[in-house]
Amino acid sequence: MGTSLDVLKHEMVPNHQIMDDEEVTDLLATYHLSLDQLPKIYHDDSAVKAIGGEVGDVIRITRESRTAGRAEAYRLVVKRPKK
Amino acid sequence: MTSPKRVGRIEFGLFSPKEIRKMSVRKIIWADTYDDDGFPYPQGLMDLNLGVIDPGLRCKTCDQKAADCPGHFGHIELAKPVIHVGYTRLIRKLLRVSCRSCSRLLMTAEEVEKIIGPEDGELAGEIVSEKDIKKERVCPHCGEQQLKINFEKPTTFSEVFVEDGRKIEHKLTPADIRARLEKIPDDDLRALGVNPDVARPEWTILTVLPVPPVTMRPSIILENGQRSEDDLTHKLVDIIRINQRFKENQDAGAPQLIIEDLWELLQYHVTTYLDNEVAGCPPARHRSGRPLKTLSQRLKGKEGRFRGSLSGKRVNFSARTVISPDPDLSIGEVGIPLAIANEMTVPVRVTQFNLDEMKQYVLNGPERPTIRSPCGANYVIRPDNRRMRLSDVNLETVTEMLEVGWTVERQLKTGDIVLFNRQPSLHRMSIMAHRIIVMDGRTFRLNPAVCPPYNADFDGDEMNLHIPQTEEARAEAEILVAVHANILSPRTGGPIIGGIHDHISGIFLLTHRVRHFTKKDVLYLVQHLPIEHLPEPDRIDENGTPLWTNKQVFSLVLPDDLNMVFRASSCQNCEICKQDMCENDAFVRIIDGNLISGTIDKKGIGAFDGQILHRIIRQHGMKRASRFIDDVTKLSIRGIMLEGFSFGIDDEDLTKTEYGQIDEVLSGAVSDVERRIKIYNEGQLEPMPGRTLEETLEMQIMQVLGKARDRTGEIAGRHLGMDNSAVVMAVSGARGSMLNLTQMAGCLGQQSVRGERIMRGYEDRTLPHFRRNDRGAEAHGFISNSYKSGLSPTEFFFHAIGGREGLVDTAVRTSQSGYLQRRMINALQDLKVAYDGTVRTTGGRIIQFCYGEDGTDPGRSSYGAPVDVKGIIESVLKEEIR
Ligand SMILES: [Mg+2]
Ligand SMILES: [Zn+2]
Ligand SMILES: [Zn+2]
Ligand SMILES: [Zn+2]
Repeated sequence: MGTSLDVLKHEMVPNHQIMDDEEVTDLLATYHLSLDQLPKIYHDDSAVKAIGGEVGDVIRITRESRTAGRAEAYRLVVKRPKK
Repeated sequence: MTSPKRVGRIEFGLFSPKEIRKMSVRKIIWADTYDDDGFPYPQGLMDLNLGVIDPGLRCKTCDQKAADCPGHFGHIELAKPVIHVGYTRLIRKLLRVSCRSCSRLLMTAEEVEKIIGPEDGELAGEIVSEKDIKKERVCPHCGEQQLKINFEKPTTFSEVFVEDGRKIEHKLTPADIRARLEKIPDDDLRALGVNPDVARPEWTILTVLPVPPVTMRPSIILENGQRSEDDLTHKLVDIIRINQRFKENQDAGAPQLIIEDLWELLQYHVTTYLDNEVAGCPPARHRSGRPLKTLSQRLKGKEGRFRGSLSGKRVNFSARTVISPDPDLSIGEVGIPLAIANEMTVPVRVTQFNLDEMKQYVLNGPERPTIRSPCGANYVIRPDNRRMRLSDVNLETVTEMLEVGWTVERQLKTGDIVLFNRQPSLHRMSIMAHRIIVMDGRTFRLNPAVCPPYNADFDGDEMNLHIPQTEEARAEAEILVAVHANILSPRTGGPIIGGIHDHISGIFLLTHRVRHFTKKDVLYLVQHLPIEHLPEPDRIDENGTPLWTNKQVFSLVLPDDLNMVFRASSCQNCEICKQDMCENDAFVRIIDGNLISGTIDKKGIGAFDGQILHRIIRQHGMKRASRFIDDVTKLSIRGIMLEGFSFGIDDEDLTKTEYGQIDEVLSGAVSDVERRIKIYNEGQLEPMPGRTLEETLEMQIMQVLGKARDRTGEIAGRHLGMDNSAVVMAVSGARGSMLNLTQMAGCLGQQSVRGERIMRGYEDRTLPHFRRNDRGAEAHGFISNSYKSGLSPTEFFFHAIGGREGLVDTAVRTSQSGYLQRRMINALQDLKVAYDGTVRTTGGRIIQFCYGEDGTDPGRSSYGAPVDVKGIIESVLKEEIR
């Protein structure tokens, strides 16, 4: 459609990044996690779509935090469930 | 990390008539319960095969006694099928999506394919909904024209014909519906999201009704020896009676009309048996008029099985009574009545080291006559877990028998740790651990400084007490739950326990300006403080009497190395602060534990913003802080008692001059309002941007009248100085505000509803006392009288209107926030911070990678910040840091 909006450029949208396999392995080892214990993000989330995330990818979200200055969160891309 | 078991899936299904008959141990055919000898009728509702509740009888099914028999289901064969009210929505949906002739889904295979797709394809898990079917179409399988299905609450279904342009409703009987549902093919059901293996839709139409075991509907025997049956039994009696009559009429070939009536009656009884609060159905009532509590009522709501019996539990080892204040107690103590201390116990295991002590407890027995008597014991437990109650007759024998390995349940004694709680328990500090002091009287006693976290007052509040029964529980209570561990609120990171009301007035009066005390007065003030020496006197007067300043007296409760500078509550926020020379003595400077200047008030020691308290917690820890609270509350109570503190009606008196000035201001304001109304009426009023003329006028009037009220307050305040108790309370932050004082002595001002002047009432006027369309101050709720001078009848009425709004708001707010709280707790209650700093669910799933993103516990922080930088610099530089 005519106009397109890059959500990643919006000031309210934090930085999203797809992590590579090595990073994911490291992450799971640090926190003693299995993949499904990670927080989730839907595959059709605008930011996920914008960076080309696929179901099964882990996204690193880096945001400015009021308490810590900078905070990282990691989310597993999942399919949006049916209502 | 992961929990040992994981729920894979939960399957919900329906009972088939076959299953109901299979699990039934007896067909029930008689509506009667007991015969004249009080023996259950065979095949009656209390049949002995259904389980037993009377002690002594044995169950005919399992041959066990009442205590061991779990009860067994029976069944009733219904004369005709009836609808289960719980499934009317499902039935309606199925009738609307299936063909009235061939019962197949009203869609072609291709249409279905489009929606649900192949198994494990893109659309897996999708189901066909009512919306996917076009209304009143022709069946794609048999060509039958479909009809509209009407549903009327609670259980009536009908088809709508159109004949000669008129709509005719034809009622579907449960039997018709059942026949249609029976024919729906399994595959069509799967497409609709129904698993036919466990839930065939025709099972939602009951042909046989399970009769629950008597153990879940026991009859009780009243005082007069009469039996009273459970509500469920009453309802089952109704069902069987109607069912019986129905069968008889059917067999006798009764006319269709009578059959239909009986059928509907049977439907009504079965419906109310399942749920007695269905819309469109009058609830079945007891003879007394009370609605019956049937199956769904047992489960639903606050007192239902889920919220009332499973999530909510009642406990032993707890006590409840009214609370009253005792400022001589420490904040970590609670006074409990002897009667409670005698009743409640702590189990102590007998060892070789405490054998003699335990023998003494047992010998003292269960009756402790006075609070000074040694504590006794109520029970002993033998190693075989047999519990023996102690009484006067067996004290000696039990004492003789007592050995290592027994347990003695000894009474509470001063120093025991207990959990103290006030509902609603909205935050962590609603339950805190206190050490008990056994006291005379019948109330719990607590230091008023711990009222804020409990939100308690003494107008009849009651509180609960729980006695930890194990060593771990007592250790947890002492380390984590103790009052001194909860002085800092985890909400703000600031103190929540501290001085209130008289503590603040008292410390304000004591420390305001500079005063000198003789030794006698100083000793009176500090007599309850743990102090060994007085400091050097400030000066010696002409008679050679040594004198101490009030600031020296206060400094006695401060830690020696305290350095801080801040502004008191009474600070007027002058443009240029005169600091030490402040005429209100509001600039507080504490150097090396000595109060140099300034007044201590709410900002210093108050429950929510006590800065001194906060600094002591940061630098000296919780234990020292709780001692400071104890000391400062005791000192302030003495401070207020030194001169006395009271308030009476004449404290609101002003002089003629002030009354004249107030009248002048008010009449000026009223005529100003008149003038503006005149301008408006003449059409000369200039509207404000974005406002209509009326709105502009209203805003102007509100402004004028608001200013007038404030002016009366200023006039009253000029006369009422620091010698007035209400002023002292308002300035120190103890209670009330200057606005309250204005309303008492000056003028009450404008009453409002939703922030606007009062407009509602009669046609074109608020009350018949005024002319129509009068826009004046008086006619719309401006009250020029004060509480002291008294309100006129119209003013009183307007005041009641304004007051009502406040009451309604509080009622609405509490119910809304209560529901929010419930949902928040349900969502968050099992989250915890793991040892690696992450916040996780019980399944080890991550909620936050680092608690609060910075890992700081707000309850150990300084207003949320991990380090109190300002405080540290301040105590080094001994200067104010801004
Ligand atoms: Mg109260
Ligand atoms: Zn049994
Ligand atoms: Zn058909
Ligand atoms: Zn000042």
